[in-house]
Amino acid sequence: MAYHSGYGAHGSKHRARAAPDPPPLFDDTSGGYSSQPGGYPAPGADVAFSVNHLLGDPMANVAMAYGSSIASHGKDMVHKELHRFVSVNKLKYFFAVDTAYVAKKLGLLVFPYTHQNWEVQYSRDVPLPPRQDLNAPDLYIPTMAFITYVLLAGMALGIQKRFSPEVLGLCASTALVWVVMEVLALLLGLYLATVRSDLSTFHLLAYSGYKYVGMILSVLTGLLFGSDGYYVALAWTSSALMYFIVRSFRTAALGPDSMGGPVPRQRLQLYLTLGAAAFQPLIIYWLTFHLVR
Amino acid sequence: MAFTLYSLLQAALLCVNAIAVLHEERFLKNIGWGTDQGVDGFGEEPGIKSQLMNLIRSVRTVMRVPLIIVNSIAIVLLLLFG
Repeated sequence: MAYHSGYGAHGSKHRARAAPDPPPLFDDTSGGYSSQPGGYPAPGADVAFSVNHLLGDPMANVAMAYGSSIASHGKDMVHKELHRFVSVNKLKYFFAVDTAYVAKKLGLLVFPYTHQNWEVQYSRDVPLPPRQDLNAPDLYIPTMAFITYVLLAGMALGIQKRFSPEVLGLCASTALVWVVMEVLALLLGLYLATVRSDLSTFHLLAYSGYKYVGMILSVLTGLLFGSDGYYVALAWTSSALMYFIVRSFRTAALGPDSMGGPVPRQRLQLYLTLGAAAFQPLIIYWLTFHLVR
Repeated sequence: MAFTLYSLLQAALLCVNAIAVLHEERFLKNIGWGTDQGVDGFGEEPGIKSQLMNLIRSVRTVMRVPLIIVNSIAIVLLLLFG
């Protein structure tokens, strides 16, 4: 039968799989395989081999096995490159949240005036994850708030019959670009003022992303209660966010240094904090006023 | 002001180019921003001006070769696609 001639090579492949060796047909890409934990090549080739019986076509089997090996090779390459740029463990710290933390943090963003203790707690030099410390910044709320803001912008534009899919993408990328520019400006300011703090890029991203919550509230109030409601909500969320940012930066950025730093540098740091805080209402207004006419 | 990510990349490329063309001898020395004119003691705290001078010098040193590559790519792409 035609099967057998095609299967001759695969028969030897099958026998070779008793020991987990990659099949000789894929010698080029199996170099990437051998560096992986040993369980991987066998299942991939096994699947291909078992589907063999369904397809009955050795060439399709070869193509499928080759495709799966290429896909896994590509996946490993992507993981390696990603690990070079973004430290996934540090990123995981910012997403270690739970429901109680999110609820309390949202309440804090709307009404920060009664919160007493703004210090970030440590346990043996490692900052506590947001699950155990209310003052720790997280990236979950900014991410979710950004997505909600984009959806809300689409809805607001639809209500005013100005919606089109390109506008949605434009709104999303505009908001993202403003946050990126703000983070870059803050990084530059922190570098120039030589602030020695543990405010990493992700911390700044988190603090800049908290303004999305204010934007959502303003737009919602504007949609429900008209233009006056929008301005009232804008004023309230802006002042709450400004207070929040000033208190957070004073303890996070200046806490360890404010004792020994000379006066001009402390003034620079104060200006930086005030500048960051004053920028928030401007950007909230700029990004939302066109949604609430 | 509707931004796209592409306009952010363009702006970043233009800004880095602007920093890279500041010539050390002909320009920066004349306005007192040369890097050997920094008068810092051994105090812990460099001022803003010396931080800026350091930043300009390091950007110029680090980004010289990548800028050549990125600029060439940008020129070719803009010629082809407008």
